[in-house]
Amino acid sequence: MARGDGRTAFAYLTPALLVLGGLMAYPIYQLVLISLFDYGQEQVSGGAPLVFLGLGNYAKLLADPQFWTVLWQTVGFAATCVVGTLVVGAVLAVLATRVRPWARMLLFLAALGAWATPAVAGSTIWLFLFDANFGLVNEILGSTGFSWTFDRWLAFGLVAAQVIWCSFPFVMVTLYAGIKAIPQEVVEAAALDGASTVRTARSVMLPLLRPLILVVTIQSIIWDFKVFTQIYVMTNGGGIAGRNLVLNVYAYQQAFAASEYGLGATIGVVMTALLLLITIGYLRALRKSGEEL
Amino acid sequence: MKRPGRLVAELVTVVVAAVIAFPLYWMVLTALKPADEVISANPRPWTLAPTLDNFTRALTVQSFGRYFLNSLVVALVVVVLSLLMSFLAATALTRFRFRGRTTMLIMLLVVQMVPVEALTVPLFFMMRSVGDTLPAFGLNHLGSLVLVHLAFSMPFAIWMLRGFVAAVPVELEEAATLDGASRFRFLWQVLFPLVAPGLVATSVLAFIHAWNDFLFAKTFIISAAENQTLPLALQAFVKPDQNDWGAIMAGSTLMTIPVLVFFVLVQRRLVSGLAGAVKG
Repeated sequence: MARGDGRTAFAYLTPALLVLGGLMAYPIYQLVLISLFDYGQEQVSGGAPLVFLGLGNYAKLLADPQFWTVLWQTVGFAATCVVGTLVVGAVLAVLATRVRPWARMLLFLAALGAWATPAVAGSTIWLFLFDANFGLVNEILGSTGFSWTFDRWLAFGLVAAQVIWCSFPFVMVTLYAGIKAIPQEVVEAAALDGASTVRTARSVMLPLLRPLILVVTIQSIIWDFKVFTQIYVMTNGGGIAGRNLVLNVYAYQQAFAASEYGLGATIGVVMTALLLLITIGYLRALRKSGEEL
Repeated sequence: MKRPGRLVAELVTVVVAAVIAFPLYWMVLTALKPADEVISANPRPWTLAPTLDNFTRALTVQSFGRYFLNSLVVALVVVVLSLLMSFLAATALTRFRFRGRTTMLIMLLVVQMVPVEALTVPLFFMMRSVGDTLPAFGLNHLGSLVLVHLAFSMPFAIWMLRGFVAAVPVELEEAATLDGASRFRFLWQVLFPLVAPGLVATSVLAFIHAWNDFLFAKTFIISAAENQTLPLALQAFVKPDQNDWGAIMAGSTLMTIPVLVFFVLVQRRLVSGLAGAVKG
């Protein structure tokens, strides 16, 4: 290698490093820093001195019953979305292997459409379908005037359904590819040995698909844990009196609606830490199943 | 496989596909319906009098055209800049050996796991101070959105382009050098066209990311109505009561179509491009 290589490499890397350093690394540092201060509207405008709280914001957050409610709601909401996404995706992937190409094509086209719909547009369409007065669903059920977003759990359910609608295609396409990649001989050998279809699926195909299922599960957990747009749009910013808040929306409301920037940053740190834990679990599980990084 | 079983499965598939596609069908249909049919007590799943009134209203009254353009500008600038920077970085990380290379690769992986949504607070204040010196990149300006989406899309783009750059044989560079091509010429006239399939895939992802973003647009574009992007404008015109659903669905349609087109495009281009790369 020539002598000037290091310098050339550095020159090529500089633009990317500048952007990533300035807009990813530095904000992460700032996030942690802000979470350690009492940083509200007065501090921002310079009307009050900046007070270092140490872990004060964290103590305040952990002592706040609303935080715990929101945390459990987030976990429950994400869990519902993950389970729903996986079940729908897996069932449809299996279904896709059992039909002729024209039917499969129809299914994949429909899924592609749901997948490609931007979150705001998708949420709006669902809101219209379930609108109290002009929504098709109420017309069909004959329940005109019934609000689907008023009740806390019903609203969560509706948002979860929308999230599942736009995220199952990823699971379906991945698992379909996985099933297709299983050598036909393996399945045939099991059938020759007298194994039933159910038995073959459970004892032969499932173990082979395990790494892939793990990947889509963790990926779904990471996505569904941070849902923002759907909740914000469909429950109008987190529901009446914030009863449909999840962590991401809660952080946003604390920071930008209540001007409690320090507290908002603290929730951001907590969320990052939780996701990091999940990701570490993901990587360890990947390594255990012998997957390449 | 047994015939009746397959027929049942196919019937189920058709029904499921129809249910999945229905919201999109309903969106386009409502956008094309005349106003009285949209709010009719008995909505029909078809219309005999399709009209573009809703689109006209969305584009003029709600100035959706302007927001469409804003979204397009942000997404396209992000795509172009992110491609150029990521291509250079990927080349450096693949073609050169230098100290700190492995560390950088690991950092790239780690950075992809950070939930960028958590960074709204620090980024908000950063953009505020940036705006003091460079207004075009500060709050309420499209430049701020370009900057953050550039940063968010780059780690993955670099990671993905690495594979494509590595697939180009080193002999090609040696041959180009022997023929008297400078490093710069090799980079842009030989390597760049060769990794084009990878560029298509990454650019589509970057485009969709920037196009769909709602959170950062909402955080940064606070008071400048003329600099709103599509997701923001769409959300703003859904009100608790008295919704103009026809226009809203027209807006949703306008917002969804570019992404759908890109999805279809990337499939074709990606497959043919990959096949070409393997053959060459």
